Amino acid sequence: MEIIYLLIPVSIVLLGLIVWIFLWAVRDGQYEDLEGPAHRILMDEDRVVDRQKNSRRGGAG
Amino acid sequence: MGLAVNKSMDSRDSDKIGAERMQPAVDSCFHCGLPVPEELDLAVLIDEVNQPMCCYGCQAVAEAIVASGHENFYRVRTEVSPTALDLLPGFLRDSEIYDVPEIQSQFIRTPDGDLREASLMLEGITCAACIWLNEQYIAGLPGVEQVRVNYATQRALVRWDDTRIRLSEILQAIQKIGYRALPYNPDQQQEMHRRQRSQQQRRLAVAGLFGMQVMMLSISLYAGAWSGMEYNFQQLFRWLNLALTSPVLFYSATPFFKSAWRDLRQHRAGMDVPVSLALGIAFASSAVATISGHGEVYFDSVVMFVFFLSASRYFESMARQRCAATVEQLVQSMPLITTRLSAVGGAEEMVPAATLAIGDRVLIRPGETVPADGEIIEGFSAFDESMLNGESIPLEKQPGDRLLGGSINVTNPLQMEVRAVGADTVMAEIQRTIERAQADKPPLARLADRVAAYFIGIVLLIVVAVAVFWLMYDYQRWFEIALAVLIVSCPCALSLATPTAISATLGKMQTLGMLVKHGVALEKLNQITHVVFDKTGTLTQGKPVLKQVLCDAEFEREHCLQLAARLEQYSEHPLAKALRSAADAVGSEGVSQVSSTAGGGMRASIDGEVYLIGNAEFITSQTAAEIPVSWLEQIAGDTVTSVILASNDTVMAMFTFVDEVREDAGAVVETLQRMGKTVLLMTGDHSAAARQVAELTGIEDYRAQMSPQQKMAAVQELQAANASVLMVGDGVNDAPVLSSANVSIAVGSASALAKTSADIVLLANQLSAVAQVFTIARHTQRVIKQNMIWALLYNFGAIPAAAMGLIAPWLAAIGMSISSLLVVLNALRLTR
Repeated sequence: MEIIYLLIPVSIVLLGLIVWIFLWAVRDGQYEDLEGPAHRILMDEDRVVDRQKNSRRGGAG
Repeated sequence: MGLAVNKSMDSRDSDKIGAERMQPAVDSCFHCGLPVPEELDLAVLIDEVNQPMCCYGCQAVAEAIVASGHENFYRVRTEVSPTALDLLPGFLRDSEIYDVPEIQSQFIRTPDGDLREASLMLEGITCAACIWLNEQYIAGLPGVEQVRVNYATQRALVRWDDTRIRLSEILQAIQKIGYRALPYNPDQQQEMHRRQRSQQQRRLAVAGLFGMQVMMLSISLYAGAWSGMEYNFQQLFRWLNLALTSPVLFYSATPFFKSAWRDLRQHRAGMDVPVSLALGIAFASSAVATISGHGEVYFDSVVMFVFFLSASRYFESMARQRCAATVEQLVQSMPLITTRLSAVGGAEEMVPAATLAIGDRVLIRPGETVPADGEIIEGFSAFDESMLNGESIPLEKQPGDRLLGGSINVTNPLQMEVRAVGADTVMAEIQRTIERAQADKPPLARLADRVAAYFIGIVLLIVVAVAVFWLMYDYQRWFEIALAVLIVSCPCALSLATPTAISATLGKMQTLGMLVKHGVALEKLNQITHVVFDKTGTLTQGKPVLKQVLCDAEFEREHCLQLAARLEQYSEHPLAKALRSAADAVGSEGVSQVSSTAGGGMRASIDGEVYLIGNAEFITSQTAAEIPVSWLEQIAGDTVTSVILASNDTVMAMFTFVDEVREDAGAVVETLQRMGKTVLLMTGDHSAAARQVAELTGIEDYRAQMSPQQKMAAVQELQAANASVLMVGDGVNDAPVLSSANVSIAVGSASALAKTSADIVLLANQLSAVAQVFTIARHTQRVIKQNMIWALLYNFGAIPAAAMGLIAPWLAAIGMSISSLLVVLNALRLTR
């Protein structure tokens, strides 16, 4: 059962990583517009628009 | 866990995608769905098919969309587009105002060098495809660096290179594809909301993620208690749980502690008091047990409690913020630009409202908002100050009287001298009040809160009594049982029952294009017995077109039309607009002493001679002129609307107009009648027109030639006979009637005034929404009742069980969380 002394720290490190990723996503504004991406992905089929310049950061409004 | 929560919100609207593609009927405009006039032969090649267009505006818009390679818009849209706006020249002139640096400073950010960034409010959005189109189209403009449209708020964040494109060019480009965009200033409140939102998300994430870990270890502990576990491991797990629960308690749960502390300081017992007590006691006793090495731990109860409560609070505040944003859109009605009259000569000049100085003279047309506080110097009019003082009846004002910025001119154009600007205005003070009021709750929710406050006082007494009883009866179990009672009895579900249902409904209605200004209206809708429709712009399209000009032999047709258009140039009435668009150019020189009678007509002096225009009654009552019998005969059998132009003693011409009945009007009336409502039609137009519309839509009771005062009296008469009246209207003339009805709905592109006096505004410009509103209100009421019954049953059932020692604290935490969650989920059904 000594393995538990390794497994638990590993799981806690993992937890820390997940929390950090989530907090980054919140700060990045990814939860500001939850409806948009669902529609956007369906409509962007044949138009070539410079997505790079559009994909940075969502609107603050 | 946080992710799963957000997913469920996402799926709310995703069924829209599967909705049918919008294809208008064969003989109607492919762009906006309006019928195509017979004599008109306009078409645009879309997807290799020639599609009919109803007007040059729509043709231009469709061509612009096709030319920019966005034909896909027509394939994916789920609603028809709004009819193209016909205000192009005026808008071109006005939009250039936004290039002036002083004005830009109000709403623009300069992130880097020549880059500029602004938020634009988009008008005319009907479905997701519109947003797609706007995004693609604006992004394709040379010089635009970035554009992002938020689907929920319909606002666009645009960043552009000021050396390559000007803001006015962007606004005009949007106008070209049939939408209207205006810059707006995201205020502090919104910024505050955004920060609050992200903080709540972070708290929820911490509670959820750490909570999962705690639950995992807790399950091991329960299993260990069942099948035996080494003391070392048990202590290790407990210490780990203590460490993992601490961030949940000290970070995620801080709002509960803060609010409980606030309540206690104000000598109130809020819902957060028992929550905080339970959390604090459970955590403290668990910590003591862990450190001392013996006793029970309740870490799992603590994290679960915090997570579920935070989740339900998060949903609640999200829904509330969404409503606040829509209300704010209406509140932001202070005009950005205004018409200033130059000191010498009095020439009209469009200037930013923010540049007005004390002593400036401004012209305010009917339907316009007063840009600053001031004093009338010329003209008489009535002003709606309901935005400022809640007084719904417009006040008559004359030269010398004080005008308040933000009030709306109802009847006549007039001139004002500015007395106070900016932060000194009454409006600025009111704005602060409104911000406070937005945190306000509907009466039913307030009642629930008051009940909850008593409830909590009683609960705390019960907890003490139970603790004392068990202390004497069974010394070992007193703490566990008192804790269970404390957790189980928290009236969270009761407090959430009404606000979640109302918030969910408001959110749903917003996505359907219905703005609700007072949550109370939803409650009142269920008692409505009579529905009164206005005709023009409500049952009909509201866009009359000039059909015929009957001219006295002495006068020329063109001359009469010119005079009529000049008389009507300040009026926002649909007939006035039709006249103005029929006459090619309208000069404002030489027109003075303009006055209007609501429901009657206009009077003004042009080039020194007095002219009047209005309905027959108005003309005969105001002048000695007689209307030729032959004219009246000519229109007697006809179902057209007419106005008469007259000088002091002669009738000069008669103009007749036609206004199409909305396609869905008949169906709506039928639905309402099936619901058992009495449907009435009240209009200011003559009876032939009213009869025709009534016959077409199936309304039996119609009343014609009613002035706004008569309509108001008729509504009050119905109310006196115990009827509860819903007024559906549109336009300036309806304002008093809308405010005297029990509930009022303004349809479609209602004027600024109707928007501020109606309880519900239908933005989608579809009448069928009126029937839908009733269904939604009924569902809401049903859900509120279910929630209330469930919450009361739960609380009254669970407390005795817990007091008898039948419920362990962790079970109590699950029960309490689930009861709140059920209430929230039940309310969320309303968003489908």
